[in-house]
Amino acid sequence: MSGVHPADPVEGAIAETFRDERAIVLATLIRQSGDFQVAEDAVQEAFESALTVWRRDGIPDSPGAWITTAARRRAIDRLRRDRSVADRAERLADLMRLDARHEEVPSMDDESSLVDDRLRLIFTCCHPALAMPARVALTLRTLGGLTTGEIARGFLVAEPTMGKRIVRAKRKIAEAHIPYRVPPDEELPDRLRGVMRVVYLIFNEGYSATGGDRLVREELCDEAIRLGELLCRLMPDDSEVWGLSALMLLHDARRSARVDPDGRYTALGDQDRSLWDQDRIGEGLARLDRSVRLRRPGEYQLQAAITALQIQSPDAERTDWTQIAELYGALGRLTPSPVIELNRSVAVGMADGPAAGLALLEPLLADPALERYQPLYAAHAELLSRAGDPAGAARAYERAIALTENAVERSELARRLAAVATE
Amino acid sequence: MPQYMLLVYQEDVDEAEQAERERTLPLFVELHRSLKEAGLLVSVQRLHSPQSATSVRVRDGDTEITDGPFAVTKEILAGYYIVECADLDEALKQAARVPAAVFGTVEVRPMMPAAEWLARAQAAGADVPDEAVEDMA
Repeated sequence: MSGVHPADPVEGAIAETFRDERAIVLATLIRQSGDFQVAEDAVQEAFESALTVWRRDGIPDSPGAWITTAARRRAIDRLRRDRSVADRAERLADLMRLDARHEEVPSMDDESSLVDDRLRLIFTCCHPALAMPARVALTLRTLGGLTTGEIARGFLVAEPTMGKRIVRAKRKIAEAHIPYRVPPDEELPDRLRGVMRVVYLIFNEGYSATGGDRLVREELCDEAIRLGELLCRLMPDDSEVWGLSALMLLHDARRSARVDPDGRYTALGDQDRSLWDQDRIGEGLARLDRSVRLRRPGEYQLQAAITALQIQSPDAERTDWTQIAELYGALGRLTPSPVIELNRSVAVGMADGPAAGLALLEPLLADPALERYQPLYAAHAELLSRAGDPAGAARAYERAIALTENAVERSELARRLAAVATE
Repeated sequence: MPQYMLLVYQEDVDEAEQAERERTLPLFVELHRSLKEAGLLVSVQRLHSPQSATSVRVRDGDTEITDGPFAVTKEILAGYYIVECADLDEALKQAARVPAAVFGTVEVRPMMPAAEWLARAQAAGADVPDEAVEDMA
């Protein structure tokens, strides 16, 4: 592979097929072979052999179909050798029957079974019997097609550790017979919430950027957004999948404006709005609209609605803080959390003045869950400063600075501390 | 169908609380009946307390016998079920029905079929004929 020009058409075609078709081929082959590892190795080998064969014989008319057939043959070889796979004989017979029917390629008229296979794959990767870090890693590896090294860098773990985590998860799926299926209706809402948690966790890991390789972190955001869009395509009647997709797009649209050219964190109100990605915002708002029209408010939809209100207001003063405070109230009733209550007190502080905000925030200062939560002290400082208590504000900023590990955030907090100290 | 072992762990409690637990027996009987009717139950046993356990290990040819369970923990192994279920989801559902899950923990462990045990051993180079599978589990 060395010395190949990057514009090589064969490599381009392989990269494109990998991006567009790998998860589809893999999802179907896992069902047919009954084994994650067998299917994944077979798909990997098919892509490796494509490089040689396509260069020799030309790029096939339907690269996806070529990969499907090649991967299936490799799965057959593997199943012949590996006797530990459950129901091996039946699986082999099925695969060989498919292989004999040469014309049988995954065609677009078979759309619904392809959709089902990818849903099966998502629900299996996000099965509650797997530990959360394993769910995240497996989802990125199988559906996202990230390499183990990329996932390891994204989550600041050593590559062998991440490799072991993925192998162990796949072994548990096989040994415990975690089913490869879309959960039945009575379990679906719970399980879908679990899937969305995994996707949003991937997004936040990329977005919150507490350290690590920035490019990989951007890749995590992009991957989570792609997974969110996939969920919308696969489960279009669920309002929350649209809400989650909208929420991620609306956050991500402001990615490049969050840090200024000197690497400093920039608060929403101070961001250069010309840097916002208007296409992403438009897409996010359209998805939020679709979610709202399904008339089933949920946590992601409410968060997306809050973000949309902030984005659409020309500045902090002209933001509808009353409505934002109400949305936080609704969110808190749905999923009670001190962090949501903190955000509500900030919104109330903007809508009804700092005294009203402080009245809501003060009980949170005694909450042990927030004892080391930097944004609490930053918000407290902000409210105290606006209420005319610079000494109290300075103490709160100092506390916030002591708790932050992010250099960009720390320098911003130090700047605000200096500002209140001169009052 | 795969088989699963449901291991029931619970804290040792004082007499009064234990008596309260004993009175939940009808719930167990009901569950066991329903598992049998569904054809899922392979076996179920309650165990005596870990105070009556003895652990055995052989090191350098010497047999060491220790009074007590292998691991001394707050939660003790109180009993087990072997159930036959289509998949893990089904096994987890049955585990949640065990009345002890309310005050204890039910661990679900997939059991390894004898054929898989044999295949692994053979792949690792063990000299065992295929027929041995009959005597393995």
